[in-house]
Amino acid sequence: MSREMTKAAQPSAAARGGAPERAAADGAEPRLVFGRAWDYAPAPEAADHVTIAPRYDLFIGGAWRAPRSGKYFDTINPATESKLSEVAEANAADVDDAVRAARAAYESTWSKMKASERAKYIFRIARAIQEKARELAIVESMDGGKPIKESRDVDVPLAAAHFFYHAGWADKLDYAFHGRTARPLGVAGQIIPWNFPLLMAAWKIAPALACGNTVVLKPAETTPLSALLLARIIEEAELPPGVVNIVTGAGETGAALAAHPGVDKVAFTGSTEIGKRIQKALAGTKKRLTLELGGKAANIVFADAPIDQAVEGIVGGIYFNQGHVCCAGSRLLVEESVHDVIVRKLKDRVATLRVGDPLDKNTDVGAINSKMQLDKIKQLVDAGAAEGAERYSAPCALPEKGYWFPPTFFTGASQSSRIAREEIFGPVLTVLTFRTPDEALEKANNTMYGLSAGIWTDKGAKIFWMAERLKAGVVWGNTYNKFDPSSPFGGYKESGFGREGGRQGLSAYVELDG
Amino acid sequence: MTVRTKTKDDDVILSAALAGAEPARLRVNKAYKMFVGGAFVRSESGRYFQVTSAEGGADPDVVNLPRGSRKDARDAVLAAKNAWGGWAGKTAYNRGQILYRLAEVMESRRPELTASLERGGESPADAAVEVDAAIDRAVFYAGFCDKFHALVASSNPVAGPHFGFSVPEPMGVVAIAAPARPALLGLVSTVLPVIAGGNVAVAIASERDPRTAVVFCECLATSDLPGGVVNVLTGQAAEIAPPLARHREVVGIDAWTADDALRAALERDGSESVKRVKTHAPLAPAAWLDDRVGQGIGWIERFLETKTIWHPVGI
Repeated sequence: MSREMTKAAQPSAAARGGAPERAAADGAEPRLVFGRAWDYAPAPEAADHVTIAPRYDLFIGGAWRAPRSGKYFDTINPATESKLSEVAEANAADVDDAVRAARAAYESTWSKMKASERAKYIFRIARAIQEKARELAIVESMDGGKPIKESRDVDVPLAAAHFFYHAGWADKLDYAFHGRTARPLGVAGQIIPWNFPLLMAAWKIAPALACGNTVVLKPAETTPLSALLLARIIEEAELPPGVVNIVTGAGETGAALAAHPGVDKVAFTGSTEIGKRIQKALAGTKKRLTLELGGKAANIVFADAPIDQAVEGIVGGIYFNQGHVCCAGSRLLVEESVHDVIVRKLKDRVATLRVGDPLDKNTDVGAINSKMQLDKIKQLVDAGAAEGAERYSAPCALPEKGYWFPPTFFTGASQSSRIAREEIFGPVLTVLTFRTPDEALEKANNTMYGLSAGIWTDKGAKIFWMAERLKAGVVWGNTYNKFDPSSPFGGYKESGFGREGGRQGLSAYVELDG
Repeated sequence: MTVRTKTKDDDVILSAALAGAEPARLRVNKAYKMFVGGAFVRSESGRYFQVTSAEGGADPDVVNLPRGSRKDARDAVLAAKNAWGGWAGKTAYNRGQILYRLAEVMESRRPELTASLERGGESPADAAVEVDAAIDRAVFYAGFCDKFHALVASSNPVAGPHFGFSVPEPMGVVAIAAPARPALLGLVSTVLPVIAGGNVAVAIASERDPRTAVVFCECLATSDLPGGVVNVLTGQAAEIAPPLARHREVVGIDAWTADDALRAALERDGSESVKRVKTHAPLAPAAWLDDRVGQGIGWIERFLETKTIWHPVGI
């Protein structure tokens, strides 16, 4: 509140376009209405230095190869629906080539190489990501729809950081497992989602390589480009051919990779539904598996929380990356006494979010990743309204072309409604209430998921009390959506198993004696 | 000591001039200085000492180096202390990035480092091996900056409703007397773990080959390392180390001197302010090449504090 007042008090804010005026909010406290005073001039990121090839082949054995399938599929810009490029569709034979190349590289060089030399290759990848950071960010935003400020400031720097971090582990594995000796597993088949395409590639490839494995990576169907740029970086870093192979395609390509008998380890990030299918497919094989699946995280706000700070955390927690985040704080649990004030502040804040061109540096919420995802979001939102919850959507103008959904939240939903139980994976928040910490816990844990949770309170002891009892792999206290390569990430329950990042994340890629 | 007025290269130029030929280009000699607070400085005392060169290369037969004084040591501690807050306050990731940058710069100065070791008396083969090991050691510690916490910290399962954890913290200014040999790898192996842990260093270069230490400082100076994080003095350890051991702002000593009496004196001097004094009889130069001996988490842990934090759990 005080912040809004201060801004309104500045004459320049008023002078920019339409004086702020006072209006009654909920008939109680006065509220400032800014009219067009919040408008920003367009600030497009220049993309003319970036070249996207008209067609991309598969990266297998250190070379770019046309797919045996002979097929290519389009990858489009979800903000404009225009075609960016066409990408090879790997079939089972292509996957087989890639796995063989990875096996050959594993046996001939990578597993035999001195660990400190392996480290230096991975450092090279990290450096090249930093050097090409802006290009990667632009391509990521064009291919996936996420705002450039997120791809530029989050996805790409974190991807580089993951390679840096894991490069350092390569020659320190003897320290990591309490005296147990670590051996690599062999060939890792890795299947990644479309919400953080480059970052997920980094989360997968970096630890696998550091631990001495070779990799076949399948990027998501709708966002293959940044992984292909990464393949180019890996080529330019002169990694031995076959250490990293990138096979693009859709679900069938991923299924062929997971099922390939030459794969020793499967790592999957994506939906719980597909994760279950992969786990089933691997049953009876000796393959190792890690799964990072869906979530329906509770973001819990107590009455003693710093409210304005919490509102920022709620907004970042759900609208970051259009809500295409497995750990998104999609269930807001608010202590009843502060429900109304938080909902009011949330409305005010959501109304200021700028939705539109992902390449505009001021954009807060970009395009929905695909038509299919947009349809799924719409379907769940309709279900929410049909089940009697009250919908609020930001009154923002949406571009005509492309896939868009306004930042939205529901109040008055029941714990059993679909919008409170199912992962929407979009910019849609469901607000629920509680009266006691026990009730907050009960509601927070009442889900098949267990990836993450947030707690907002001024009382440190309460954060730890809640954190001890929440069934979630990551718990944020008075913050949300924080990621670091040194900090293990992963879920409880049907959010999967295994961790990525930190010392613990290395376990997914080694065989230990004892 | 004999004062030489000209070098062999000068002879060539002189004879060319006498023969009336177009004179060859005269080499510009480098002034070797100490590295304090990010600047290359002479000794406040104005004193110097000389080291000779193996034949050839970019140096004259004899070069002059500053002979650091007690006051230089104190100035270096001040520079280090002033740099400590900024260095310890950086993220571990950022410290790692800077050390990796150091490795990159050392790689690009490989010929200069190798030539300097050769002029200091190492064989070309030994010099090349030493430089390789020194660069790889920088990479090793670059990768350790954001890892050792996870290996030495703990979450303490105390018997009560408290969340307890113990975390490592850097201590401050660590004084190092680098071994005489290997002149480069010894300095790198002692200084880098100290700064990887978030401490700052005042090091006394090898007395036998201080020139290579100065070339290494030129790498430090161009590697994004903030001035004052590493300070390198040239001169006599017997003269400079005791005032460092007595200095109250110095929290640790790591001395690799062959002088038994000096090591004992440093241990005594350090006790006045309860420093961590680590003294070592010199290793065989080849031992430093062994990764199991010359590097490891223990090198970082020696100059870390452990802080234990208790926080109640409850509603």
